[in-house]
Amino acid sequence: MADESRTHRAGVFDVRLVIALLMGVYGLVITIMGLGFTTDEEIAQSAGVNINLWAGVGMLVFAALFVVWTRLRPIRVPEEPQGEE
Amino acid sequence: MDVLAQADLRLDANAIDYVLLAFYFALVLGIGYLARRQVSSSLDFFLSGRSLPAWVTGLAFIAANLGAIEVMGMSANGAQYGMPTAHYFWIGAVPAMLFLGIVMMPFYYGSKVRSVPEFMLRRFGKPAHLVNGISFALAQILIAGANLFLLASVVNLLLGWPIWVSVILAAVIVLSYTALGGLSAAIYNEVLQFFVIVAALLPLTIVGLYKVGGWEGLVERVSGGPGGAEQLDSWPGNQLTGFGSNFLSVLGLVFGLGFVLSFGYWTTNFVEVQRAMASKSMSAARRTPIIGAFPKMLMPFIVIIPGMIAGVTVTELAGENKAALLQGERAPSGATFNDALLLLMRDLLPNGMLGIAIAGLLASFMAGMAANLSSFNTVFTYDIWQAYIKKGRPDDYYLRTGRVVTAAATILAIGTAFIASTYANLMDYLQQLFSFFNAPLFATFILGMFWKRMTPTAGWVGLVTGTGAAVAVFLLAETGVWDLPGQGASFVGAGAAFVVDIVVSVAVTYASRPKPAAQLVGLVYSLTPKETLRHSTTGEDAGWYRNPGLLAGIVLAITIVLNIIF
Repeated sequence: MADESRTHRAGVFDVRLVIALLMGVYGLVITIMGLGFTTDEEIAQSAGVNINLWAGVGMLVFAALFVVWTRLRPIRVPEEPQGEE
Repeated sequence: MDVLAQADLRLDANAIDYVLLAFYFALVLGIGYLARRQVSSSLDFFLSGRSLPAWVTGLAFIAANLGAIEVMGMSANGAQYGMPTAHYFWIGAVPAMLFLGIVMMPFYYGSKVRSVPEFMLRRFGKPAHLVNGISFALAQILIAGANLFLLASVVNLLLGWPIWVSVILAAVIVLSYTALGGLSAAIYNEVLQFFVIVAALLPLTIVGLYKVGGWEGLVERVSGGPGGAEQLDSWPGNQLTGFGSNFLSVLGLVFGLGFVLSFGYWTTNFVEVQRAMASKSMSAARRTPIIGAFPKMLMPFIVIIPGMIAGVTVTELAGENKAALLQGERAPSGATFNDALLLLMRDLLPNGMLGIAIAGLLASFMAGMAANLSSFNTVFTYDIWQAYIKKGRPDDYYLRTGRVVTAAATILAIGTAFIASTYANLMDYLQQLFSFFNAPLFATFILGMFWKRMTPTAGWVGLVTGTGAAVAVFLLAETGVWDLPGQGASFVGAGAAFVVDIVVSVAVTYASRPKPAAQLVGLVYSLTPKETLRHSTTGEDAGWYRNPGLLAGIVLAITIVLNIIF
């Protein structure tokens, strides 16, 4: 982009980071649940799958991918507020 | 909703589940607060300053529609009819979304209108504008109330909170973020909601498939159960349409659902179109519905399949219960297909995952209501207040008006939620109402966009008579004068509205004076210079993967393959 010099990276508020935060926290909590606090009875109830663990790991991977994406392609905000084009 | 209450649906949520739920709501409010800092004009508030990237608006486009009817209703349909339910996605949504992106979006985005009624104003003048603006605003308030009530009744069933507490709490949360951050907050939350819904439904589907022994196991058990193997193929879908003949069934699906109903809904419903108008360039606006079509196309796998699994594994719904329900009788267990998803969650998910699943369900209800509110406040402020009541005030006056209107609309929605609570089948009724307004609107739009002679008078007369025709069909079917099978009544009603609108519009056009061609540039296809309809292909719009036409082709190809497989 030619006018990259006149832009700066957006601050904390990138919706991708909010999504990553939610998925990361959810993933972490249920991974821990799956590792230590899901009873054999509950695992049997979910057809023998420790779904807390697997879904937790899946969400952590997803959150990590979103963080990487945000790092690689940050939002650029123009310094000057744009008028009507 | 008393039918729901008869089965035991109380979920065994514990402290961890509540913590996960609370964390979600904290983020939702946080987004509202953060989005507020970006709001400095009414355009920021109502259309996010036309600044959002296409993947955000594309996911919001889908999430705004992923409300109560979609998640609960489609899984219920899955339990009842099986794979033919996928037509609501593959025939009833994807083609219309592609059409919106490829053909209609250049006019919406290119003419810089701020709402669908405003397009009516520029093309057909004030009477059509007012008819469209008022009917849209009214429908949104009624639908927001119904969404609110459904949300509250699910919270009541799952967690045991009183209905009025959940209604007010949910209304306050939705109001806080939509009034603070406007459309940006609603859209960002819709994107977040989309991911929570997927995070809730995908693990549920996986566990469910394990439970029945994979896809083969599901095929075996559905074939052996009531309804039979017919439920495994999407065509011809006789059970869904209620037509005995295969030919009529396919015809009904393609023209009734696929053409009139779905094109009417997706291409003229401002709740959806508003999301595309908020994107940052013509290219992004055109890509919005097309990007949305990708998840839409795959949604059946995490909505309908859990429904089908519930129909064969959940004790309250399987076997004799399903047989009784298919006959239109009460199941011995007292459950209905609407409970499918909740019962499956209860049976399969451990604490932890359960909290996320509840968050996902509540997210989908709130997505629907926030979408209604954010489109209502735009249409009311721009198309009713600014156009007819208080003209020519400074912009910050309308920004304040938007916030006040959002609050007033929320209070009205609480009112309509309590009206909704007195009707048992309000959702069906509202969907029917919706097709009254959208089918004629679509006819008027298509004529108006491609036929420059069509006159302003024809615009509003066509709308009014089209709606009248749909209402007449509805009344005939309701009173039993005309016996229409299954979902036939709304298909025929929409068809009648469409045909009557076109015939009346053409007749009135030849009897009245057209607008001068100079006033129609940018609004009618033949009078608009081709360059202004094109989008830029440089900078952030460059690259083959950002080409709307190519993306639409990919979606279409995958949809056709899916139709052949299932």
